[in-house]
Amino acid sequence: MRVELIEIHKHFGPVRANDGVSLTLEPGVIHGLLGENGAGKTTLMKCLSGYQTPDSGTIRVDGEKVTFRSPAEAVQRGIGMLHQDPLDFPQLRVLDNFLLAFDRRLLPDRRRGRALLREIGQRFHFELDPDAEVTSLTVGERQQLEILRLLALGAQVIILDEPTTGISAPQRVLLFATLRRLAEEEGRSVVFVSHKLEEVEQLCHRVTVLRHGRVTGEAEMPCPVERLVEMMFGRSLPPPKCVPVEPGPVVLHLEGLSIPSDRLVVEGINLEVHAGEVMGLAGLEGSGQRLLLRACAGLERVTAGRIRLAGQVVTHAPYRRFLEAGVAYLPAGRLEEGLIGGLTIAEHFALTNRKGPFFVDWAAEQERAAQHIAQFRIVGQPETPVEALSGGNQQRTQLALLPPNLRLLLMEHPTRGLDVESADWIWQQLLARREEGTAIVFISADLDELLERSDRIAVFFGGRLSAIVDARCTTVEQLGYLIAGKEAGA
Amino acid sequence: MKPDSRLANFLLSLAPIPLALLFTTLLLLIVGASPLDAYRNILQGAFESPAKWADVITACLPLILCAAGMCITFTAGLWNVGVEGQIIMGAIFATWVARNLLWPQVPVLTTMILAGMLGGALWGALAGLLKVYGKVHEIFGGLGLNYVAQGLLIWLIFNPWKRAEGATMQGTDPFPAPAWMPHLGNLRVAPLAVFLALAAVVVVFFLLRGTRWGLELKGMGKNFRSAFVLGVPSTPRMLTAFAACGALAGVAGVVVISGVRGRLIPEVSGGMGYLSLLIALLAAYRPQWVIPIAIFFAAMGVGSTRLELNMQLDSALGGVIEASVVLAVMLVGGWRALLAQRRRQEVQP
Repeated sequence: MRVELIEIHKHFGPVRANDGVSLTLEPGVIHGLLGENGAGKTTLMKCLSGYQTPDSGTIRVDGEKVTFRSPAEAVQRGIGMLHQDPLDFPQLRVLDNFLLAFDRRLLPDRRRGRALLREIGQRFHFELDPDAEVTSLTVGERQQLEILRLLALGAQVIILDEPTTGISAPQRVLLFATLRRLAEEEGRSVVFVSHKLEEVEQLCHRVTVLRHGRVTGEAEMPCPVERLVEMMFGRSLPPPKCVPVEPGPVVLHLEGLSIPSDRLVVEGINLEVHAGEVMGLAGLEGSGQRLLLRACAGLERVTAGRIRLAGQVVTHAPYRRFLEAGVAYLPAGRLEEGLIGGLTIAEHFALTNRKGPFFVDWAAEQERAAQHIAQFRIVGQPETPVEALSGGNQQRTQLALLPPNLRLLLMEHPTRGLDVESADWIWQQLLARREEGTAIVFISADLDELLERSDRIAVFFGGRLSAIVDARCTTVEQLGYLIAGKEAGA
Repeated sequence: MKPDSRLANFLLSLAPIPLALLFTTLLLLIVGASPLDAYRNILQGAFESPAKWADVITACLPLILCAAGMCITFTAGLWNVGVEGQIIMGAIFATWVARNLLWPQVPVLTTMILAGMLGGALWGALAGLLKVYGKVHEIFGGLGLNYVAQGLLIWLIFNPWKRAEGATMQGTDPFPAPAWMPHLGNLRVAPLAVFLALAAVVVVFFLLRGTRWGLELKGMGKNFRSAFVLGVPSTPRMLTAFAACGALAGVAGVVVISGVRGRLIPEVSGGMGYLSLLIALLAAYRPQWVIPIAIFFAAMGVGSTRLELNMQLDSALGGVIEASVVLAVMLVGGWRALLAQRRRQEVQP
């Protein structure tokens, strides 16, 4: 099946997510869609798969013009999309999720569904227990379930949006083998949306690069990396710069800290973080690092131990005291906990201007927002509602909203989902802060980021702080061992 | 936007009125009454004479006060259904002043208004305290407090504040003359009450649009978690939002007892709390829209009493029209959103 996208436009307010994009997908080809964050990749694919409707432009399937008003209509025409976050029903079992896709009768034929699930699963070596609840599955397994569902629905075009985020290495190998087979042996087309050059190089036959909502280049693979980078960013990347900073006095001092939660109890945490120091928190998800980070922001209940900020004991103080003491917390869920959907960028600046007068000076806030938009290179206007910004621009907005002269900056996954250039840029901003004496504590699942950006790394395992290492003399392998609960080098 | 689509948009925004009329017309035909007669009676009942106009204005003032207050709590994402109780507490506090402080008119009326605001604000804040510290959702807390206030009101009227000749559902003895709001000539409308209602709308408008407090409430209403993480002190803001709404509801209570009845009566709130909730929803929490909508609701209420006299129809028909307008507005709003989406989809080169 051949799919053509012609001159697709999609605007969100003043933001031109897609500004006249054309793209042709051929059967049997793995098509890479490359671009930095906010380039318009996801928007284009959502238009193709019926999740969004383009403002203008034409979609043709085998020469016939189509309009999709819902994902279901797109799937009927053989176009299915896998999202960054799997769209399934976590409370239901694997088999029920699978059946929901195509057997809509009052009494679904479970036996047939079970057989079909096993048959397609075996074809691709996916080992899914039909009776397991989806909550117990890993992200990679949920992705496999989604692929099986789309195949059972007869999808000829399969779109995957950043599919390798959050899955294990063996799962990635299996995924790539599956995608090759779908394209090369079964003649389907696969769209692989990514900002990871290495993966696109490994997997794709052909690449289209988007930048600022426009196509900046197309290439048959293999293609020199420098050319792809240039198409993505318009110039080659400067090498990352590391400025060593003498650690200052202790900013954050934790003594025997215990934090209870439903799933996990964090106990006996002792840690000192100095002014100007970057401390990475490593560990498998749910090992306690997030609870600790939130406790340091005053957002978790502490049952034992002490938190001292610049000498002051603040263990049970309200969140407001932490803010006043110069602590800032940037959560991973940007629209869930970080920004307020429905408010504009300027309104965010007015809201966080704690010293502002009771009567808001809207002209001044508009001006301040415009300044920060320019300084932080946010693609948007002061009047843009934050939910219309791309993920990377939302992260820039969060950074722009931070007050100056912070004592302690706490971050979850500061560059998750961002492309190399955005991530580099964000770290430049953070390094500028550390030079002012701000202590930075961050969580990351990216071992390279942890090693490259931290001075020291605190490793969490099962609710305990299992090791603190110097990032400069630790290798990825050693860190990997520690995260998995083993001694380094063992 | 093209001119014809702007016209279409304007016409669509008027669509709820014929839709609601269509529904009530069908209803009237089913019960065998003449719809035209019924509508003529309602309109005449509401607007035929200056006295009727005065009745409509008097009826809309407490609605405006309460609905303006609810614009505040709705903006903060709070469902303050405790307005009935807040009206009652305002009236009770003001009644205490009227019965006990035998001062001249200006100081006693001023004190009554302030006492009414205090009573309503305390009762509103109580719903907020239950929510923050007791984890009682404000809908349940508000409903519960409505019953408590109603019980307290009945107890006061039948026990300590009963009439000299004995307790009755007619309410307390009339207030001393200084505690009555002066009326305009021999019309039953108090200019002071009109001023209070208009002032409430203006103040709420500027509070919500121009102040940090209003912006913080808006942030909380859109995303409570994010607003908290961004440093909005959510507990004090929530409590002040409840208290501000309660204070305006309390003034509504004062307007009813001092501007209209001249005594404390058992039905002082009379369902106004719920009616003003509909008004605030219809106004989409924009205080400037509260005034025309409240006038419309009041006219329906005043005018429909005529149905009973002239056509032997129940005056509840006015309520049916009001409710069907609200439903029709919601419905047309939904359609317009859908149409706008379709139109965006159909724009092709």
